[in-house]
Amino acid sequence: MNFSLTEEQQMLQDSASRFVGQDYSFERRQKDVNLSQGFDPGLWRQMADLGWLAVPFSEANGGFGGDATDLMVLMEQFGKGLVASPYLPTILLFGRTLDLGASGALCQDLVPRLIDGQLQGSLAFMERQARYQLSDARTSAVREGEYFLINGEKTLVLNGSAADKLIVSTRTSGNQLDENGISLFLVDADAPGVSRTDYRLMDGQRAANLHLRQVRVKADQLIGGEDKGLALLQQVIDQATSGICAEALGLMSQLTNTTIEYSKARKQFGVAIGSFQVLQHRMVDMFTACEQTRSLLYRATCSADKPDSPEHRKNLHALKMLTGRKGKAVGNEAIQLHGGMGITDELDVGHYVKRLMVLNSLFGDADYHQQHLAALSLAA
Amino acid sequence: MDTTLSTDDLKFQDEVRTFFAKAAPEKARQLISHPETYKQGIVQWQKQLYDQGWVAPFWPKEHGGAGWNVTQSYIYECERVQANAPDVVPFGLKMVGPVIYTYGNDEQKRHFLPGILSGDDWWCQGYSEPGAGSDLASLKTRADRDGDDYIVNGSKIWTTYAQYADWIFCLVRTEQSTKPQNGISFLLIDMQTPGITVSPIPSINGVYSLNEVHFDNVRVPQANRIGEEGQGWTYAKSLLAHERTAIARVADSKSRLETLRQWAARERQGGRTMISDPMFQARFTEIEAELMALEYTELRVLAAMANNQSPGAESSLMKIKGTEIQQAIHELGMELAGVYGGIVADEEATVTDIGHDFGDQARKDFMYGRAATIYGGSNEIQKNIIAKRVLGL
Ligand SMILES: Cc1cc2nc3c(=O)[nH]c(=O)nc-3n(C[C@H](O)[C@H](O)[C@H](O)COP(=O)(O)OP(=O)(O)OC[C@H]3O[C@@H](n4cnc5c(N)ncnc54)[C@H](O)[C@@H]3O)c2cc1C
Repeated sequence: MNFSLTEEQQMLQDSASRFVGQDYSFERRQKDVNLSQGFDPGLWRQMADLGWLAVPFSEANGGFGGDATDLMVLMEQFGKGLVASPYLPTILLFGRTLDLGASGALCQDLVPRLIDGQLQGSLAFMERQARYQLSDARTSAVREGEYFLINGEKTLVLNGSAADKLIVSTRTSGNQLDENGISLFLVDADAPGVSRTDYRLMDGQRAANLHLRQVRVKADQLIGGEDKGLALLQQVIDQATSGICAEALGLMSQLTNTTIEYSKARKQFGVAIGSFQVLQHRMVDMFTACEQTRSLLYRATCSADKPDSPEHRKNLHALKMLTGRKGKAVGNEAIQLHGGMGITDELDVGHYVKRLMVLNSLFGDADYHQQHLAALSLAA
Repeated sequence: MDTTLSTDDLKFQDEVRTFFAKAAPEKARQLISHPETYKQGIVQWQKQLYDQGWVAPFWPKEHGGAGWNVTQSYIYECERVQANAPDVVPFGLKMVGPVIYTYGNDEQKRHFLPGILSGDDWWCQGYSEPGAGSDLASLKTRADRDGDDYIVNGSKIWTTYAQYADWIFCLVRTEQSTKPQNGISFLLIDMQTPGITVSPIPSINGVYSLNEVHFDNVRVPQANRIGEEGQGWTYAKSLLAHERTAIARVADSKSRLETLRQWAARERQGGRTMISDPMFQARFTEIEAELMALEYTELRVLAAMANNQSPGAESSLMKIKGTEIQQAIHELGMELAGVYGGIVADEEATVTDIGHDFGDQARKDFMYGRAATIYGGSNEIQKNIIAKRVLGL
């Protein structure tokens, strides 16, 4: 039994926590999210220089070969500092799909550019009618000789406006909800027939709806096998789910600390509001929520080397479910205990809460994962 | 025990329904939904109600109110929400108006009540201060006598819609006394008076409603003080109970829950709509049952008020439950919208461009809704009140 970090992981944590504590500030973050692409390219270069962009990629593709623990360590610090960057869409979603599923040639071309911070990417996997169901895809890809012809619309493509290349989930056979018949294609953002509707998310970051009209892609841009894309997509999203839960934990613990500090400083009725027992108990609940989330995060991280085992699947569902519920509770309490200050734009509290809200709904919310957990736990 | 409507009530209900059908409230609603025309929409709607004689249901007839009984007010609220008609802004009609007609002198009533009713005067509430929120009695804004006037110095914070206001009603300190509640007076201040500055406080929902109001040697006639000097706390407290009952917004929650039901009937997952999702059903009906209960709690409180018992600690209960239900509805709405609740619609990308018709609304409701358990006396403070006054703890 050992929950301690290796020396390397400790170093990664130190470097990320130093960065968040010293080089990055809420003011800088607020400036960054107002830039047109929703992040600062300078920050991205800095992350590349620190080696963080290489962390989850396999050594075969020039990466660091990091495991679930390495990723967890990094993402938690990103959460603590409310770091606005395309790490999730470019590295964890787009990059890892390539890393796990693309041909050697494609990987050798693209992964080094990702690690160097030269390439921005997105994974377009959602559709309007699908809600959280990955297999619900109407966007069609039809073979035409050496090419596939793609038509359809993907929604809420994270980093969709800045991406140079996108991986798009499409239906190549079967019915709208079939698990079989999903294929993933690499598409250039400036390919003819591709257009985007850009918008801002509540956490300040950018996303887009992606419109595909008669987009021609060569068959060698297919990733993960024709009709067999869903398993790859699921694997990538599972890993990213652990990643964003670690980020959420960072957000939650930061909100808890901020609230505790505020309750010590803010005086009403001649005393610090932190001296009221009812508020003390509520902060104890926030603290407990963080600890419980951390335990499930460790649990899912420990089983991550058996990604298809029922045990890991249950761990993941429980993790996303609890992170969603507890994250919401911690966010609500943080605002409430700050009183009027909690709803000002000036304080970072509301911005942490907004990021938590976005993460809560990404890859399925608490209710969704609870139903999947029930299906595994209570199957007849 | 009987809540069936009498023949007269039914006639009244018909009258209200006909009015809303004719009044076409959607025009005012449209204006209200855009920040640039918000005030115009509110004032326009208030004038329509004023012309009908219904702008102040609770006020006694002698002061220009409708003089309705509890049942009539209840019927009106139900019909208003059914017709999707806007509510009036509370600061004048529900807050300072009753203080003026209860504790003000004849001159003050003549001077201030008509503008409140007609909507010509916009009021804001200047109670909270940076150092005095839950502990309101510790407020420091001071008013020092100078001849027939007071000279006011200090800062008020969280002042909703001060940027539109012609008048502000303030609690100010006129005397340093050992018991902080004792030296407080209730002052009406013209927002045009030299020395007043209003600075906006940006809030997390991106809508501009909050302000800080600074007073730098502001000269206010003593004639603008309500009642006795040093008695302001008593007057304000009698009003807070009404404010809290109003914050419960039971009728609005009913209509929002219905909206939620409609959203769920459209939102799809796995080839079916969310309205048939068992988790959604459980969450929805949990809120529904609480709201069904609160509706009757409100009727019980209103019935007691009709027997001249002022709403006391019950108003605290109404505030707690009412705001909890509002927030539960907002949260469920946000969750129903899923990832689309995270998208900010603006001139760059409209709701139509985004292709999701309620996510943006759900997000705005959720963010602003967080404040409901804070304003009007936080829910923690309401619980303290119930513990002390009702449970005797
Ligand atoms: C959207 C909005 C609009 C508002 N509009 C107006 C307005 O128009 N005019 C106006 O005058 N004011 C307005 N307010 C101010 C509002 O009344 C105050 O925010 C409220 O009274 C709380 O005060 P505070 O913000 O200073 O929080 P604090 O009093 O500092 O409270 C911080 C936290 O401590 C808790 N707490 C404090 N004391 C106790 C205790 N004894 N026991 C347990 N918990 C306690 C509170 O519940 C809260 O959770 C508005 C506020 C908001 C958010």
